[in-house]
Amino acid sequence: MSLLDISNLTVEFPGRKSTFVAVEGVSLALEPGKVLGVVGESGAGKSTVGNAVIGLLQEPGRIANGEIRLDGERIDQLDKKAIRKIRGRRIGMIFQDPLTSLDPLQTVEAQLVETIRTHLPMSHSEALTRAIELLDSVGIPDPADRIGQYPHQFSGGMRQRVVIALALCAEPELVIADEPTTALDVSIQAQILDLMKALCVERNVGMLVITHDMGVIAEICDHVAVMYRGNLVEYGETAQVLGAPEHAYTKSLISAVPRADVTIDRFPNVNYIEAAATPTRSIDISTHWLGKARDYEAATGPLLQVQDLSMDFEVKSSIFPSRRKYFKAVKTVSFDIQPGETFGLVGESGSGKSTIARLITGLYHPSGGTVHFAGTELTSLSSRSQVLAMRRQMQMIFQDPYSSLNGRMRVKDIVAEPIKFHKLASSNTEVRQIVDDLLDHVGLGIGAGEKFPHEFSGGQRQRISIARALATRPRFLVCDEPTSALDVSIQAQILNLLKDLQQELGLTMLFISHDLAVIRQMCNRIGVMRHGELCEVADSDALYEAPQHAYTKELLTLMPSMDLLAKIA
Amino acid sequence: MFGFAIRRLFQALIVMFVVALLAFTMFRFVGDPVNQMVGVETSIAEREALRQRLGLNDPMPVQFARFVAGAVKFDFGTSYQFRQPVADLFAKRLPATLELSFMSALFALLTGIPMGVYAGLNRESWLSKIFLSVSLIGVSLPTFFIGILLIFLFSVTLQWLPSFGRGEVVDLGWWSTGLLTVSGWKAIILPAVTLGLYQMTLIMRLIRAEMLEVIRTDYIKFARARGLPDRIVNLRHALKNTLVPVITITGLQLGAIIAFATITETVFQWPGMGLMFLQAVQNVDIPIMSAYLLMTAFIFVTVNFIVDILYYVIDPRLRIGRP
Repeated sequence: MSLLDISNLTVEFPGRKSTFVAVEGVSLALEPGKVLGVVGESGAGKSTVGNAVIGLLQEPGRIANGEIRLDGERIDQLDKKAIRKIRGRRIGMIFQDPLTSLDPLQTVEAQLVETIRTHLPMSHSEALTRAIELLDSVGIPDPADRIGQYPHQFSGGMRQRVVIALALCAEPELVIADEPTTALDVSIQAQILDLMKALCVERNVGMLVITHDMGVIAEICDHVAVMYRGNLVEYGETAQVLGAPEHAYTKSLISAVPRADVTIDRFPNVNYIEAAATPTRSIDISTHWLGKARDYEAATGPLLQVQDLSMDFEVKSSIFPSRRKYFKAVKTVSFDIQPGETFGLVGESGSGKSTIARLITGLYHPSGGTVHFAGTELTSLSSRSQVLAMRRQMQMIFQDPYSSLNGRMRVKDIVAEPIKFHKLASSNTEVRQIVDDLLDHVGLGIGAGEKFPHEFSGGQRQRISIARALATRPRFLVCDEPTSALDVSIQAQILNLLKDLQQELGLTMLFISHDLAVIRQMCNRIGVMRHGELCEVADSDALYEAPQHAYTKELLTLMPSMDLLAKIA
Repeated sequence: MFGFAIRRLFQALIVMFVVALLAFTMFRFVGDPVNQMVGVETSIAEREALRQRLGLNDPMPVQFARFVAGAVKFDFGTSYQFRQPVADLFAKRLPATLELSFMSALFALLTGIPMGVYAGLNRESWLSKIFLSVSLIGVSLPTFFIGILLIFLFSVTLQWLPSFGRGEVVDLGWWSTGLLTVSGWKAIILPAVTLGLYQMTLIMRLIRAEMLEVIRTDYIKFARARGLPDRIVNLRHALKNTLVPVITITGLQLGAIIAFATITETVFQWPGMGLMFLQAVQNVDIPIMSAYLLMTAFIFVTVNFIVDILYYVIDPRLRIGRP
């Protein structure tokens, strides 16, 4: 008898017109002390499985069919009161974002003690002792002092430890972790995964890990279940499923995972989920508007030269200069980018990589240092026409595809705006023709221009952003985490598109990412950033094969190992 | 925290200064004070002497300084109509208005918060729908109409409650209260409900909207996933997190209740500040008007100051910095 037995589970969300089946006929089993991973892309129904187990399906969702058994006892039909006694007591849950999963107005102590006392017959002081022990066991230093603090006084990784402590309050037999490390940096992720695995073995707890990240699966799971659109497509031992996938979806998913251990030219075409529309007519770039009039003077030497660039943000203002406090986001960083090259900046959150992107594109004014673009000092530009001419040559693609497009404009107007603003076309008819060609070329197909951004998926919106960036005929693109909000298969498509466009148009790129694997696939040279400083700059293969700086080595060892994954590419 | 309080206090002083300037200019521009005070048969020489005695020939800044110095000591001059110091008139009227405002604010909070919490948690229930539609009537009907309606129902038809006045009042020397007698309590019910109905609707809708927002957050989901009882999740975690915006609005509304009780006081012939202010406007009684202006501003500024301090008490993120 397994600890958790899910058989033939079907979850439905009845709607006004039709019923949406989120999970269909899923059967899983989990033994104590083992970790079962459920992996899939957005909309696969993996979180719904976890929510069904703990009885927290969002309204109006309901279990339409199947059974869920905990230690042989059916828990899917329990009434509200009975399932609440199981929640927290026998099944613990860990959420994705540690920054939002703790009540900001209550101390950690209050939240721990109330949870312990809800489930265990303890006095306040006994519960407090237990809470301190728990914090100690999840690796929080000075637990007796820190327990009285509020969540905002803990860092992200420490908060996730608190969340784990809260989930373990009443010694549950089963823990459900829904994307437990997605919001964390790679070094913190490694620590948290180690901690979870250790707790699992020590306390003989069964753990259900829900994630989209193959690296997490490879790192801690004994068994893995691959879900696609509500169905279980493959289920077995982790090494088996990742090493020799059988189902076509698993294969395509694994092939789309960026690898840090090899460099590949292009990602294999993954069109299992959302295929890009094939361009209806091929455009000859050399004669088309996009390629024509790329009459910038060829840069002699590097296209972009960053010299001793620094940025200080004032964190405490005062009328006395001596009492002001600054946060040094970027500390005297220097690097060059050659024409036609893709330069990568990699680092954890707060390392200053996005600040550099904003400094280069002129969104921030640097506190010190210079940026030369094609031989011109950017900060010295005084006249508006000069600044505009520079901006036209540099474009930016942002991380969040949802907030970077104006939701009240049609896509054709979004893409036409920069063309009209910089007066790059002679007539409205020409603008319309160019916009159609652009949208077609980035794989959105004819007719996309008439729609609004909300009618598109995240990946398609990122294509719109790319079309918008290309509309000024730039020669330099700054991509700030362009794919971190996307599923892996969509990410592979977008990265391929960027590579293609770079080759066709001879673009130079600054590519910023926290993901070492993505950076390796995209960049010729890479700079590693930490606390506002550039630790190391090297050719990408050299950086991964023989890292010089201690921090680079540390980052590379902390990365989840992909050895288990089949080399399908 | 301390520096913040000092800064806010300084801002409050600036506001009070500007309002004092406005109140002071009323004397200049709303008729000639000497004309208001003396009869038709007073000679020009007598008028000039009076003008000199009142200091109206002094330069403006000196007059303003005198006005501010008086205001700080609660000396707002003498009412034209009653020939009594304005401060004494206020002292007689203020308890009535404050009691009425306090009771109506209490009514609004005690009914608005539970209704809002209920409607936020049970979105689909028929009771929340009734709350919402009835409260819509509460906002859309003008105060005087609701007052008259209530008088018609409870005073005229059912004859349960008095339709005007404060009932029997007990004089405590520095304060006259209606809350120590049965007739006083009976008298305050209708005006307090009339005055508080709008605020109740506002508080209820605000709490409902905030609750809907908060119960979707991760920490509420996590609290439920830990198996905490609904009572703790809803009240300790959800309700407390809705309070910051609610306190802002409630604070502003409390100021509004005290300052603008005028209409309700007129409908119920409540012997408070509002009624006195209306009579002052009819009779161009400038000292009362300017004092009323100052007092209103003072109440608003004080309430807002308290609200700002309350943010600190409620939200630890403002109180305690990151390590």
